[in-house]
Amino acid sequence: MKPHVLALLLVFAMPPGSEGFAQTPTVAEINALRAQIDALKAEYDKRLQALERQFEALQGQTQPAQPAPTAQTPATAPAPPQTADVPAGAQGAGGPAGQLPVYGGATAGSKIFNPDIAVIGDFLGAAGAAGSNNVNPDPALTMHESEASFQAIVDPYARADFFFSFGEQGVNLEEGYLTFPAIPGGLLVRAGKMRAAFGKVNTLHNHVLPWTDRPLVISNLVGGEDGINDAGFSAARLIPNPWIFLEATGQVFRGDSNDLFTASKRGDLSYVGHLRGYQDITESTNIDIGVSYSRGHNGSGIVNNSDLGRFRTALYGADATVRWRPLRRAIYHSFVGRSEFIWSRRGQPNGVQNALGYYFSGDYQFARRWFAGIRYDRSKRADEASLTDKGQSAVLTYWPSEFSQVRGQYRRTQYATGPTANEFLMQFQFSIGAHGAHPF
Amino acid sequence: MTNKICLAVFIAVFASNFSVNAQGKLNVVTTTEDLAAIAREVGGDHITVDSIAKGYQDPHFVEAKPSFILKLQKADLLILVGRELEIGWLPPLIQQSRNSKVQVGADGYLDASLQARILEIPQGQITRAEGDVHPLGNPHYWLDPENGKIIAREIFDRLSRFRPNEGAFFEPRLNDFLNRLSDAEKRWGAMMAPYKGTKVVTYHRSFPNFAERFGLDVVGYVEPKPGIPPTPQHTLDLINEMKKANVKVVLVEPYFDLKTPNSIGRATGAEVLVMPPSVGGVKEASDYFKLFDYDLNLLINAIKKIREN
Repeated sequence: MKPHVLALLLVFAMPPGSEGFAQTPTVAEINALRAQIDALKAEYDKRLQALERQFEALQGQTQPAQPAPTAQTPATAPAPPQTADVPAGAQGAGGPAGQLPVYGGATAGSKIFNPDIAVIGDFLGAAGAAGSNNVNPDPALTMHESEASFQAIVDPYARADFFFSFGEQGVNLEEGYLTFPAIPGGLLVRAGKMRAAFGKVNTLHNHVLPWTDRPLVISNLVGGEDGINDAGFSAARLIPNPWIFLEATGQVFRGDSNDLFTASKRGDLSYVGHLRGYQDITESTNIDIGVSYSRGHNGSGIVNNSDLGRFRTALYGADATVRWRPLRRAIYHSFVGRSEFIWSRRGQPNGVQNALGYYFSGDYQFARRWFAGIRYDRSKRADEASLTDKGQSAVLTYWPSEFSQVRGQYRRTQYATGPTANEFLMQFQFSIGAHGAHPF
Repeated sequence: MTNKICLAVFIAVFASNFSVNAQGKLNVVTTTEDLAAIAREVGGDHITVDSIAKGYQDPHFVEAKPSFILKLQKADLLILVGRELEIGWLPPLIQQSRNSKVQVGADGYLDASLQARILEIPQGQITRAEGDVHPLGNPHYWLDPENGKIIAREIFDRLSRFRPNEGAFFEPRLNDFLNRLSDAEKRWGAMMAPYKGTKVVTYHRSFPNFAERFGLDVVGYVEPKPGIPPTPQHTLDLINEMKKANVKVVLVEPYFDLKTPNSIGRATGAEVLVMPPSVGGVKEASDYFKLFDYDLNLLINAIKKIREN
């Protein structure tokens, strides 16, 4: 403390300007000055001691060692210099909590209400003998998708989620919907454009798939990469029972889903129903089973924008997922086994096509950042059920961190038309922005 | 015809079962066992308490299992650690719970961190180049018994708000808990007094509040950055640093692999301790008091052993 006091005194004692040094001071003047300095020093010492005592007293009060049982101990957390409280409604749900920094002064407080924004990039590369895959060829290198998500709580009753997928050429609203999470009657209601609750893979965004592609059965029977993804309403309810988690979902859509469903007039709605059962077998192992149904008009009878034949497609699906993840080593080891069977009944001018397809897959995490997986595909084609495509894949995935992923997939496909395609697919995925929820 | 059957099934499924809960025990769900233990101290047998995560699992990486949705569906009060600890799994569970009581911002949503003393709130620019940083500060704040008191008071406030008639039951329980915790703190302080300033290395940044309260000096981490697994170079640097600073204790949370910590232990002669940061992390740490008892005894025995050698 002393050197500080002296420095302070020097500053104080130094008269303005430098003329003091120009004159030759007398002994009397020096003595007077010294007396002044001593007086000041004594005074500041006294003040400093008083301040120190006050500081200690205050510290004693906030010192959590002896709070009275009823006294509220104030939070002593050091806060960033300029902060703003997060509004109560915006916390959690992937949203902020506590205090947020304010960057641009008081008016920037409006940023607090900005949605959580994240962008996930999906870069794909494909290699294989030239022309080996002439049915569904992938380009050598492509920035396959950049998915931007905007998510926030709308008001005390609803939240909104938007997912825009930017391809190299165009933009597509992958999903954009409003969710009412707490409607009376235990309903979870959604309105907007969304991936339909048909099976498992149809509900998943590209970046949470354990593969670089989607199984053949999805491409052949359920509308491909975008799948059943349409504008409509969804209502899901838990069915109370003493045994298992049981959820029923009913959805009504406009009736346009890629090349699967086509609505030629307003009444051509499509429907999806899904029943999901889930049960923990042990704390590490669980099983997830679902059945799905979907129906809508297809485009096979549409000539000059009018549906001459009124042909429909009905889809029936069954899915099963077995998961294993030991809690004590949850970040190092896990296994997911999954299968979906889908049966498509497609009405066409040339008769009904009955096509069945399925896949089996297994993914094993053998180290904190390493996953290995295999998949077997087999599917007939929806519009020509006499043609059967088959495929086998082996996948290796590496996670540098929770926010990026490198994946290689060897895929062998025996298309019913054309030669067997042997391909190597490579994928980089990376995520910036808000921390999303981990998929389950 | 089929349409009518479909409609009937729809109505049966969606319109049934509007059950109303009678004023029974208050149903409390917590995200971690630490919060459950404190809630139990305050609520006693007037509440039921259930934790989503187990004490021996990494609370950052809990799976959002549908069975947890069922727990939340019936909850009157959800108590969470906050500070983005549960950001990877709690939001979808809340959203699917169909329970208006525990939605974000509702009365039954209690973020226990809001009054607590939070350390390591990052200053300046934060990027993920620093790993999986918690922008709102270190969420392992329950490892300071003083924060335990603050959490208990908050739970008491919330319970009394829900059940004003039972305040007379909760208040003595709260005071009893606070007194017992103060006594225990004196005991723990005395136990640790001879070992103040002991230098330790921890696997993850789970123990800053614990270290501050009990006078440990955390000089490094096995993880090079939060959420990034150990790299050979970082491990070598850490070993050199530990040798230079004469660090003889490595603390590892029960859910991390012991391979790297053990090799660090062999290279430096340090004791590698599996130290639970949560109630239920080991069988012996069955409540909030026993967690500190277990951790401090583990630490003191190890330090004694090192000093004898």
